[in-house]
Amino acid sequence: MLKLELNQDLVKRSRIAAQKITGDFSWLFDGYSSVAIERTVLRLMGIDGADEGGKPLPNIVIDQLTEHSAISKGAAVWVANAMHIKGLSAQQVAQQVASGQLVLSELPLADNADILAVLSPLTDKMLSHIKSQKQKREELFATYGERRKPAIYVIVATGNIYEDVTQARAAAREGADIIAVIRSTAQSLLDYVPYGATTVGFGGTYATQENFRIMRAALDEVSAEEKRYISLTNYASGLCMPEIAVMGAIERLDLMLNDAMYGILFRDINPKRTLLDQYFARMINAYAGIEIQTGEDNYLTTSDAIDKAYTVTASQLINESFALLSGIKPEKMGLGHAYEIDPEIENSFVYELSHALLTKELFPDAPVKYMPPTKFASGNIFKTHLMDAMFNFLGQLTGQGVQLLGMMTEAIHTPHLADRSLAIENAQYLFKAVKDLNASLCLAPDSFVNRRANEVLQQAVDFLEKVAEEGLFASMAKGEFAEIKRPENGGKGLDGVFMCDKDYYNPFMQQMKQELGL
Amino acid sequence: MNNNIIRPYGDTLNDGKMQLSFSLPVSADAFGKEAARMLLLQMGFDDAEITGMRDLREGFTHFIAYAVTSTGVDTSQIKVKVVDTPVMDMEATDAYISEHLGRSITVVGACIESDAHTVGIDAIMNMKGYNHRYGLERYHGFNAINMGAQVPSEELLARARAEKADVILVSQVVTQKNIHIKNLTRLIELAEAEGLRDKMLFVCGGPRISHELAIELGYDAGFGTGSYATDVASFIAITMSKKAN
Repeated sequence: MLKLELNQDLVKRSRIAAQKITGDFSWLFDGYSSVAIERTVLRLMGIDGADEGGKPLPNIVIDQLTEHSAISKGAAVWVANAMHIKGLSAQQVAQQVASGQLVLSELPLADNADILAVLSPLTDKMLSHIKSQKQKREELFATYGERRKPAIYVIVATGNIYEDVTQARAAAREGADIIAVIRSTAQSLLDYVPYGATTVGFGGTYATQENFRIMRAALDEVSAEEKRYISLTNYASGLCMPEIAVMGAIERLDLMLNDAMYGILFRDINPKRTLLDQYFARMINAYAGIEIQTGEDNYLTTSDAIDKAYTVTASQLINESFALLSGIKPEKMGLGHAYEIDPEIENSFVYELSHALLTKELFPDAPVKYMPPTKFASGNIFKTHLMDAMFNFLGQLTGQGVQLLGMMTEAIHTPHLADRSLAIENAQYLFKAVKDLNASLCLAPDSFVNRRANEVLQQAVDFLEKVAEEGLFASMAKGEFAEIKRPENGGKGLDGVFMCDKDYYNPFMQQMKQELGL
Repeated sequence: MNNNIIRPYGDTLNDGKMQLSFSLPVSADAFGKEAARMLLLQMGFDDAEITGMRDLREGFTHFIAYAVTSTGVDTSQIKVKVVDTPVMDMEATDAYISEHLGRSITVVGACIESDAHTVGIDAIMNMKGYNHRYGLERYHGFNAINMGAQVPSEELLARARAEKADVILVSQVVTQKNIHIKNLTRLIELAEAEGLRDKMLFVCGGPRISHELAIELGYDAGFGTGSYATDVASFIAITMSKKAN
C-alpha cells in the first residue's frame, strides 16, 4: 500500500499551531454578530419572499433594525416581540415592515418569558425540518448505497436553472455522483440572496432557494430511477454565507463550498465579517449533516504549485480547525487541493503524487476534494483531456474523496453537454483501470515522494507557527496569505458587523450549539 | 488551380479531410446517425462518415465524424490585425520609457462590471506578475493602479480622470453569452460620452479577446490568452512614445 512516512512530530506541531491560530477568535464569535447572521435567523423563523422591487424581506427587516439602532439585541427578539403583541406570524410581521406599517423597535418590549414563548416553538419547528432533511439523506444513502470514492463531481453553469436541470440529469445518468450548480459570477459580493427561480446569470446560475428546490426535485427523480443518490452542492460563500447555508439545509443540499478564508483573500470581503459568518454558516452545515468543501485550489491558480504547495497544507489545517469549532466532524470536511503543477516540469506527476498523499494522510477521515488542472489547461483540448486522465489516475490511486472532474474545454467555455460526458467517461475508465493498484504498491524508503511530502509539511509548520505567533489578522494584513494584503478593517461588508448587547439572543445558534455539544 | 488556395490536410495535400465533433438532440441510433450525416452534407461536406456516437442521455447524442471539404482559402486574400510592436523585457521597457518619454506612464486597470475574476488583471498589473514576468507595478516606468474586480465602468473612468491616466487597462474573463463584449462596449461608449476616449489609450485583455476584436470595439489594442505583462508594457511604451513625438 502506498503510504508516506510522515514526521509525526511535524504533524502534531501543525495541529497545535492551527489550533492556536483559530482559538484566538472567541471575542469575535461570542461578542459580535452580522447582518447576514441576523437575516439567517429571520429565514430560520420562516421569513421569505421579496417586495415588488425584488428586495428580500429579510433584508428589509434587518435594514429597519439597523436604521433604528436596534439590531444589537438580535433580530429574533424584535420580530418575536411584534408577533406577540400583534398576534401575527413572522412572515406577516415582515410584510408589515416592508409596507411601512410597522416599525419594530417602536413597540414596547414584552417580558422575556413572552418572547421566549413565541421563539421556542418556531425554533423547534425549523430545526426539526432541517433534521428531517438530514435523516432523509441518510435513509436514501442507506437505500441506494454509499457514494463512490472518489465521487464523480461535475458542474453545471448555464445561467438558466431549467437548462441546468437538463444538463444535471444527463450527467447524473452518465455516472455523476455530485452535481454542483455554479453561481452567477457577481453573486458573492451581493449582500442579499435573490428570490425565486432565475433564468439569467453569467458564468453560472444565481443561488436562490427556489433554484435549490427545483434542482433537488430533479435530482431526487433521477436518484430514484438510477437507484443511486445524486448529491447536490452550491456555494455558501461571499457576503451571504450563513443565509445560503440555511437555504441549503432547508432544501437538502448535501455539500456546500465553505472556506473560512476564501472570501477575505480572493473576494476582498472584510476579515471579521467573513470569520463571523463562516462560524455560524458552518454550524448550520454541521447541524444539517452537510459536507463542507474548502477552496485551497485557489492558492495554486495564481502562485506556483510547487513553491507554494505548503500554503495549501496550511490552509487545510486552518480550515479544519475552524470547522471543528463549528461542530463539523472530520468525515464531513471536504478539504481542498489541486493538480496544478506545470506539465512541462520533469516529474510533475511525482510531485503531484507526493502532495496528494500528504493531504490524504494528514486528513485520513476527510472526503478530500481534489481539483483538476485549470492553469495549464489550454485551447488544445486533446492535451487537456490527457492531463485530466493523469489527474483521474492519481485521484483513484491516492483514494481522494471527491474528484472534481476536469473538462477538456476548461480554458474555453463553460462545459457543453458532450464535454461533461467525455470527462465522466475519462474518469470512469481510469477509476476502473487502476482500482486496486494502490494495494500492490509501496514507496521506496527515503524516496523522493516521502522527502517531498515532509518538506512541504515542514514549510507549512514553519508558516503556521509564524502566523500563530503574529495572529491571523496581522498575518493577513501583511500579505502572508496568497501574497495579498487584507487589513482587518478593510474589505467589503465591515459595516454589517456589530457588537452584541448583553441581552442579545439568537435562539437557533443557542439550540444548535447545545445539540452539537459546542 | 490557384496555387494560393489551401485545404485541410489529412495525409495527402489538399485532401480536405476534417475531424468534427458535435451533439444533437436526437437518439443514439441509426436515425440519430443519419441526422448527423445529413447535417454535414448540408454544410457542404462530402464523404461524411460518423465514426463515433455516444448517448448523452436525456435525448441528446454526441457525434464524432470525418468528412471532406472542397472549400479552400485563398491565402493571398488574408489580412490579420495583430499587435505589431516589438516585445521588450522589463528593463528594456523601463529604459525605453525613460529615454523616449522621460516620465512615468499612469495605467489604471480593472476587471469591469459583473466580472469578479481578478486573475487576468492581476497577472498583468500586480507586482509578482505571472509565469516569471513581473507585473506593471514592478516597472519603474509605470504608475500602475489596479482597481480589482467588479468595478463599474463609471468608477474606472472617474478614477482614470482623477489620476490623469495615460492608459486604461480592462480585463474580461467571463464570456458567457458574450457578456464581455457588452461590458467592453459600455465602457467605450461612456468614455466617448465623457470625452475621454481620445485622451487615453484603451487596452483590453482576456481569454476570448483578440487584437482584431478590440479594434472593432473601438479599443487601441487587445491581448488574448498567452499574453504577458511584457507584451502589454511594450505596446504601451512604444505607442505612447510615438504619440508624444
